Amino acid sequence: MGERKLRIMVAKPGLDGHDRGARVLARCFRDAGFEVIYTGCHQTPEQIAASAIQEDVDVVGLSCLSGAHRYLFPRVVELLKEQKAEDITVIGGGVIPDQDFQMLYDAGIKEIFTPGASLDSIVEWINTHIKLS
Amino acid sequence: MYFSKKVLEQSPALKKKWEDEVKKTVARRSDQKERWSTVSDLEIKRIYGPEDIKDMDFERDVGYPGQFPYLRGNQVTGYRGQSWTFRMFAGMGSAKDTNERWHMLLKQGQTGLSTAFDFPTLMGYDTGDPHARGECGKCGVAIDTLEDFLQLVDKIPLDKITTSMTINPPASILWAMYCAAADIQGVPLTKIGGTIQNDMLKEFIAQKTFMCPPGPSVKLVSDTVEFGTKYVPKWNTISISGYHIREAGSTAVQELAFTLRDGIEYVDDVIKRKGLDVDSFAPRLSFFFNSHIDFFEEICKMRAARRIWSTVMRDRFKAKDPRSWWMRFHTQTAGCSLTAQQPYNNVVRTAVEALAAVLGGTQSLHTNSLDEVWCLPTEHAVEIALRTQQIIAEETGTANTIDPLAGSYFVESLTNEMEEKAWEYIEKIDAMGGMVAAIERGFPQMEISDAAYKYQRQLDAGEKVMVGVNKYATEEADEIPVLDIDDRVENEQMERLEAVRRKRDSKAVKRSLDDIKNACKKGENVMPHCIEAVKNLASLQEICDVYREVYGEYRDPAMY
Amino acid sequence: MTKTDKIRKGDVRTATRLIRNIENNIPEARSTIRTLFPFTGKARVIGLTGPPGAGKSTLIDSLIALYRDRDKKVGALLVDPTSPFTGGAILGDRIRLQRHAEDPDVFVRSLATRGALGGLSKAAGDAVHVMDAMGKDVILVETVGTGQQEVEIMNHVHTVIVVIVPGMGDSIQAIKAGILEVADVFVINKAEREGADKLYQELMAMLNMVDSFPGGWRPPVIRVGNLFDKEIFEKNIAELSNSIDAHYRNLVENDLLGDRVRRKVTAELNEALQFSILAPILEKLIAEGEFDTLVDKLLKKETDPYTCAEEVAKKYLRKQPLKGVAG
Repeated sequence: MGERKLRIMVAKPGLDGHDRGARVLARCFRDAGFEVIYTGCHQTPEQIAASAIQEDVDVVGLSCLSGAHRYLFPRVVELLKEQKAEDITVIGGGVIPDQDFQMLYDAGIKEIFTPGASLDSIVEWINTHIKLS
Repeated sequence: MYFSKKVLEQSPALKKKWEDEVKKTVARRSDQKERWSTVSDLEIKRIYGPEDIKDMDFERDVGYPGQFPYLRGNQVTGYRGQSWTFRMFAGMGSAKDTNERWHMLLKQGQTGLSTAFDFPTLMGYDTGDPHARGECGKCGVAIDTLEDFLQLVDKIPLDKITTSMTINPPASILWAMYCAAADIQGVPLTKIGGTIQNDMLKEFIAQKTFMCPPGPSVKLVSDTVEFGTKYVPKWNTISISGYHIREAGSTAVQELAFTLRDGIEYVDDVIKRKGLDVDSFAPRLSFFFNSHIDFFEEICKMRAARRIWSTVMRDRFKAKDPRSWWMRFHTQTAGCSLTAQQPYNNVVRTAVEALAAVLGGTQSLHTNSLDEVWCLPTEHAVEIALRTQQIIAEETGTANTIDPLAGSYFVESLTNEMEEKAWEYIEKIDAMGGMVAAIERGFPQMEISDAAYKYQRQLDAGEKVMVGVNKYATEEADEIPVLDIDDRVENEQMERLEAVRRKRDSKAVKRSLDDIKNACKKGENVMPHCIEAVKNLASLQEICDVYREVYGEYRDPAMY
Repeated sequence: MTKTDKIRKGDVRTATRLIRNIENNIPEARSTIRTLFPFTGKARVIGLTGPPGAGKSTLIDSLIALYRDRDKKVGALLVDPTSPFTGGAILGDRIRLQRHAEDPDVFVRSLATRGALGGLSKAAGDAVHVMDAMGKDVILVETVGTGQQEVEIMNHVHTVIVVIVPGMGDSIQAIKAGILEVADVFVINKAEREGADKLYQELMAMLNMVDSFPGGWRPPVIRVGNLFDKEIFEKNIAELSNSIDAHYRNLVENDLLGDRVRRKVTAELNEALQFSILAPILEKLIAEGEFDTLVDKLLKKETDPYTCAEEVAKKYLRKQPLKGVAG
């Protein structure tokens, strides 16, 4: 008893509905033993940040394939910070060109996974970098 | 019987001999792996022979092009009479940017236009709406009002060039803009030709670009079909799409089955709701498939699709016009088969996929650019992709003969097998009460999710290979130039929209929006009212808000 | 400010973390719950249960909207099953409630069942206390009504709504199997579907066979139509909320609220006993391999379950300090 579980939110900010990756990841995280809160598509950064706080997640995983990540990802981090929840780790994935990486890291995105990243490598990153509370 | 008695007598003994040899050889040196399957995980045999297709009936199941069941193509002359249309999907930034790209493509020999819209446009939001922040012009062109649209088609002769528009929930509105633009150019509606994707069912199943619930969404689709049938006879009002179903991770069989079952749902609705005769509109229905990396599976899928559809139209809907039996389709090579790693390999993948589409008998083709994993394609990448089609059409000799793989034991057998499996799905969905009911239960969504997850697991385990990703990976990354959409596009677009709002007659806008609302409430056709509204410079979102108000807003159901 | 103060002021971060600590059985969480206890008992607690796919989340979404129109503060607790194979869970009910995500007076929290011995119901009950102490006027609790555990959660609520849909075959069976006794209101959801009338009649026939209902409250059966048939749907939801209110009034007027609270407290005591006494013993038995030894003995017919239990009781229950073993 008393087992601690990692809670992770898988969210798709913006208007793009290509949720193949998000859905595959949600299942993968479940199979890795995490508790996954899945918010579905078409979420605003405001909805995502509020939900992440209510659900007390350790990690927010954002998926975006529309090219709008430069606005959407940093906005989620900013909103979490505004609500004193900067301890929640935000990671991102999707169609993100190399040249945008630095800008996203600077904005507080902790890691970025691009097409071709194996599921195991993502789970491993989380297990290594997230300390359970 | 497909073969002479002699062949069927000789074959079993010869096959037995071969099998014995195989056993001996495998005992010495086992196969590289135990199970061989397509990218969709359909198991494939080591060899196929006459036994595998002995129950086929040549007249009933195969025949010649232009003959029922159209397995071998609709056109009696194949590609000799007319090549497939080279149609490259393009759209980015502002209407002006896209118009420039279109003129470039036409200059290079492209024969049809195809429009990509940005996400706010696709979802029925104007630039500047809170939902639309950061998205303007990113994945396609931003269109808010008819003014933008006129700039998009500037100096494009709408009576000569056909245009395809990838637009779904607001399809009625963008098409109304096209009709209005033609009117302004002085081109009568009977002369314009093109396609609107307008396939809402696959949005609920796969791509998730949705606005109103399934029921009213299908009603709006039927409105466009009716309007087209009566007034715009050269327009393809629905492009029933498997492409996105496949991109969402389905198998080839699922793509085939769900797409055709969607087609059945639309035909049913138009007949029941609009009371149109099936032959009055069925010839204008078109399809859109994915051409993925598994060469033969794709060819067989397309061949099977033609045979299933002709049977459905003739036997289920009692269509009498042979043109109603035809399945005409556009194909796009598979975006999801491309890799971010070693991007130049994508040129090869796309070439193979394009070849499969041609051997499958596509009427129109988009070839992906090597950089599409990262961004909207750069001009140079688009040019290579277009040249790929031109090489296949004019150098390889592939187009010389019609359906060259017919009669192959393997190809015919796989075609039959995929058709059978597709029928099983179609019957299952029939039993659920149709596609809308199946979607409400989450049936197709879950089937696709299962397939996508299985494939990803197979990739991770190395059972399936993506070169450069999970095999033959290299450390150093290939640098490719990527197209960057300036964030300033958003501000400029907002200013344009504001300027339109200032100058238009707001009373006329309100009146035409009320007309649309009344039409929605009474179940009347919205199309004439939409054309009126866009001419009065009502914006895309203003009209969509009417739809949302009357029909309600669909939200992503909890299915994963 | 203490945690209790923060929670009473409605602080979401503190509240949601406390719920996590309860789930994780952190001993400190229990003491916080103790200090919160005096500030609970004000909220109206409504439970929804029913088979997967019955549309419970959609009903919750509409009820939240309705209560927000009445300016009530709302909490929602969504319970989803943990995968027995991997220990993970996908908690997806929230998807349907996302339009309320930014409303500061709506607090939605998902909970995985985790399959712990009696622990789920306790965690859910405590989570309800937390939301209650936060000042929520209405708390909606959703479970998938399949197992005993999920039904037990319904002990923590004032009004139990059992949701069924036509065309799922085993709906009525499921009700017979145990939910019937706890149902205060029935909802036939997606009532435009074929088979809804038959289901309604079956349900009525079943209720007709009951001789008397406590407080004379015969559970009403509300038919809720297609969500996208807006006018009808909203009318149906209003009807549902009226039934919820009527049921609560009935509890009050017939002095049954006390019984309901008693049921709740009984369940809590039951769970607390299980949690504090049985669970640590079991854990110890399993950890030391003694459990397996006993099972082996039973297989060989060397003993019987009652003797085993007596021996275990003798061995553990005399020793004093059980407290804290579970921590």
